Amino acid sequence: MAENKTVTFIITRQDGSDSAPYQETFKIPYRPNMNVISALMEIRKNPVNANGEKTTPVQWDMNCLEEVCGACSMVINGVARQSCAALVDKLDQPIRLEPMSTFPVVRDLIVDRERMFDALKQVKAWIPIDGTHDLGPGPRMPEKKRQWAYELSKCMTCGVCLEACPNVNDKSNFIGPAAISQARLFNAHPTGAMNASERLNGLMEDGGIDGCGNSQNCVQVCPKGIPLTTSIAAMNRATNIQAFKNFFGSDSAL
Amino acid sequence: MTEHREFLTRRLHSLLGVLPIGVFLIQHLVVNHFAVYGEENFNKAADFMHNLPFRTLLEIVVIFLPILFHAILGVYIVFVARNNTRNYGFFRNWMFLLQRVTGIITFVFIVWHVWETRIQLWSEGADYSLMEGILSNPFMFWFYIVGVLSTIFHFANGLWSFCVTWGITQTPKSQKVVTYATLIVFLALSYVGVRTLITFAYGV
Repeated sequence: MAENKTVTFIITRQDGSDSAPYQETFKIPYRPNMNVISALMEIRKNPVNANGEKTTPVQWDMNCLEEVCGACSMVINGVARQSCAALVDKLDQPIRLEPMSTFPVVRDLIVDRERMFDALKQVKAWIPIDGTHDLGPGPRMPEKKRQWAYELSKCMTCGVCLEACPNVNDKSNFIGPAAISQARLFNAHPTGAMNASERLNGLMEDGGIDGCGNSQNCVQVCPKGIPLTTSIAAMNRATNIQAFKNFFGSDSAL
Repeated sequence: MTEHREFLTRRLHSLLGVLPIGVFLIQHLVVNHFAVYGEENFNKAADFMHNLPFRTLLEIVVIFLPILFHAILGVYIVFVARNNTRNYGFFRNWMFLLQRVTGIITFVFIVWHVWETRIQLWSEGADYSLMEGILSNPFMFWFYIVGVLSTIFHFANGLWSFCVTWGITQTPKSQKVVTYATLIVFLALSYVGVRTLITFAYGV
């Protein structure tokens, strides 16, 4: 009997970026310890929907398959998460898969997360070290601080925090929690701190940190457990101080 | 500066909600509580407030303009959110939704309340019998109960997000403690307000 068990998937599909979304149901043979990706691979092997009609295989994005790359984010039973870490045994059936609605859909479950990379550019989430000559080794970072910063560096730009945020949508220009936390990470770095005010001014641009409405969904859904709301509050404090320095003047404003 | 206009208006929105609007709200609820100590006490207090020096200027600068700014930007903030408590039913997400719902209720309530007890009377001040007349109507009594509670909730929960927006509370622990503190603020001010309404409506 167990061999005949099936798993039902209702997948929101879209043939291209401009075409209309539609739902398609699939019944696939159950195997123990399946995850959503192995189920999608099963559909790819035999692209026949629940009505027995032959269809195109469902497209999705994936890479590492161990929840460190951030590519396979999708909305599973209403909640955004990594599909590689979503075990079929732990999900209510039928399992509903949708692309993350915050991002433009490329095809089926594949979305374009470019806005997240634009957000990283807005807050200058990198450390400029290029020069015309060897700048030598940078300042040392205390080990305790390194361990703390490592937690923030786990961000994989997966977009789950943006999808869960009620203020990231097509009506608002809010960049979302991920980039705010990255600005904090690079400002904490001893070399990165040299450009701290540039990142803070980036956070104060339109669509920046002021778009946060404190729903705190981001910290609840982050697959890496990054303290996003602590980062937002810390950057709130830092941007406020920066705003005062900008207005009243300070030698450390630059 | 111009490129940070959105940031500065949102910070001003957060600040005005507490200073002066929040302080005015507490003052307003406390002074009105004189009604519980008798009609004469209330009328004396209302008279004192009404005859403050520079009253019109104070009303415009401390009350009307800040509330107008907070309300107009607030309605915009409500409409750019895409609420998702159905899929993400976390406590703070519900507070996020309630903050927006109570904001709209409060807005409607304040427009009605200011029209009825201030603009309509214009140079005269409101007195006990006016409020008694309004609140002895059961529909208006419940309208005021909902309006007052939603205003106080919006203020108390707004205090919590004020603390985050201004970077005062960063750690989850401090944010949790402030959640309980703002709950006490909500309960205490609700008592002050609702008790007054009961006196106006039922004379007890």
